[in-house]
Amino acid sequence: MPIHDQSYRRYTGEKRPVRSAWLVIARAGLMDFLRRRAFLALLIIAWIPFIVRASQLFLATNFSQAATFLEATPQTFRDFLSQQSIFVFLITVYVGSGLIANDRRANALQLYLSKPVTRAEYILGKMSILAVLLLAVTWLPGILLLLLQIAFSGSFTFIKANSSLIASVTLYCALTVLVITFGMTALSSLSRSSRFVGILFAGLLIFSDAMFNALRFITGSTAISWVSVQASLDQVGDLIFRQTPRHQTPVAVSFLVLMAVIVVSASVLERRVRGVEVVA
Amino acid sequence: MVALDDVSVVYGKNEALSRVAVQFPPGAVGLLGPNGAGKSTMIKALLGFVIPTHGEMRVLGLDVRHKASEIRARIGYMPENDSHIPGMNAVTFVAYCGQLSGLPPVDAMQRAHEVLYYVGLGEARYRKVETYSTGMKQRIKLAQALVHDPDLLFLDEPTNGMDPKGRDEMLALIHDLGHNKRVNLILCSHLLPDVEHACDHVIVMDKGRVATQGPIATLKGSGGSVFELRIKGDLPRFVEVLRGEGLEAHGTDEDVMRVLVPAGRSARDVFALAATQGMQVRHLRPSVPTLEDVFIDAIEGGGRAHS
Repeated sequence: MPIHDQSYRRYTGEKRPVRSAWLVIARAGLMDFLRRRAFLALLIIAWIPFIVRASQLFLATNFSQAATFLEATPQTFRDFLSQQSIFVFLITVYVGSGLIANDRRANALQLYLSKPVTRAEYILGKMSILAVLLLAVTWLPGILLLLLQIAFSGSFTFIKANSSLIASVTLYCALTVLVITFGMTALSSLSRSSRFVGILFAGLLIFSDAMFNALRFITGSTAISWVSVQASLDQVGDLIFRQTPRHQTPVAVSFLVLMAVIVVSASVLERRVRGVEVVA
Repeated sequence: MVALDDVSVVYGKNEALSRVAVQFPPGAVGLLGPNGAGKSTMIKALLGFVIPTHGEMRVLGLDVRHKASEIRARIGYMPENDSHIPGMNAVTFVAYCGQLSGLPPVDAMQRAHEVLYYVGLGEARYRKVETYSTGMKQRIKLAQALVHDPDLLFLDEPTNGMDPKGRDEMLALIHDLGHNKRVNLILCSHLLPDVEHACDHVIVMDKGRVATQGPIATLKGSGGSVFELRIKGDLPRFVEVLRGEGLEAHGTDEDVMRVLVPAGRSARDVFALAATQGMQVRHLRPSVPTLEDVFIDAIEGGGRAHS
């Protein structure tokens, strides 16, 4: 039937059972962001540190004089991921703040949930958008740097000597992305304004970090680092990269704080993502 | 199509649906009632948005509690309030909804174009939905509900906020869907003319209960006769007298009322009552029963004539 035929007709094609609605949601969300010039610019800027580090690896492996002060160590990769945290923050605010808030503003939740889409699939789809973009500026360049190290040096000596590095990079990125994605998605479900959510997220991170620094100054101890999400991530990150923890807080406590963020966020999402708001 | 058995829905202390037992036949069915009657709550319960405190519901023969996902794949829902997926143009939005309902991407896009033409948005299909007028937003809500060719359509107040021309066009679309395209639909509205125009069967709700139900033609024809009446005297008092004698009456203008005379009684009873009250009947003319008469009888008179 030609497209200009203006009549409604019954659909005779095959409908497939919707088992992967989250993939449809995630794909549409990713395409939406990747079409925006401002976001693409941010993504390109987020890869500049990768280019710098790749140049460092190239020089260190090809020029013996440079190798003395540019040689790659596990710390190089840890530092790279720490540097990326600013881009993690920017992308989280840019992408995450409107994930659910915009849908709430446009009353889209009832549209989604009137389709064969469960609440879990909806949340998973929305979280996947942010998670994929965060992994694209943390895990992906981190792993690529490791591959470049092998390629530039022409041997597996470095990776054999640091066999846990791939797992460390993967685990640290996964933990960071999981905590931040859960937290931001939950915040996004609390409001209809993405701007408010962005400010709230920034405020919470900055406030918790400021509180930790103030308490550290007052007490002279870093045992209270668990009040800061970023400090808790750093603390657990040190363990993942087999380094000496930088704060006095037990790593288990920092890990529990991060798990608590995930649990509380999941609970918020369970309450806030519904097809209809009932005010009793 | 849809069956509710002893269903109750409670919001806090407020019982929105109270032991509702009703069956929706195939075809175009109107769900009619004043604001707060429980119409939207019933639809939301059928969609699984609200969990009933009591009773069972079946849609297309499937249990709502256990087969919600299968049901949602086979129904289309046009919500009452403004809703869209932000940041998308119309055709992308409708195709996206089609994909979420199980259509392959290519089919979803093709159907999106067709459905947008059908609802009258063909020329505006590449515009962002946010820039649409109220009437256009109503049409696109219908398009997203239709794109996957549902077996049953839930339309919640589809003419809300539309101008007269747009409203007529929307009703014509709904009538066409229900009668020519053979789409089963439930039209939820508080506007009697909308239901009368688009539906064959009506279920009237009031205060969380079913007040009356049946084919519209039967409801309008089986309850006796209707008269237009003008009297000289105290009109509100006479309305009370009529009601006291089992004749439902309601004013339509400043001094004209419509009187529903149940089967077995006649206009003579009206004259006799007027005489006993010392009132003059200035005008009495047989009229055609309308859905409004059925509605008022069901809501105010407890459905004496039709239930």
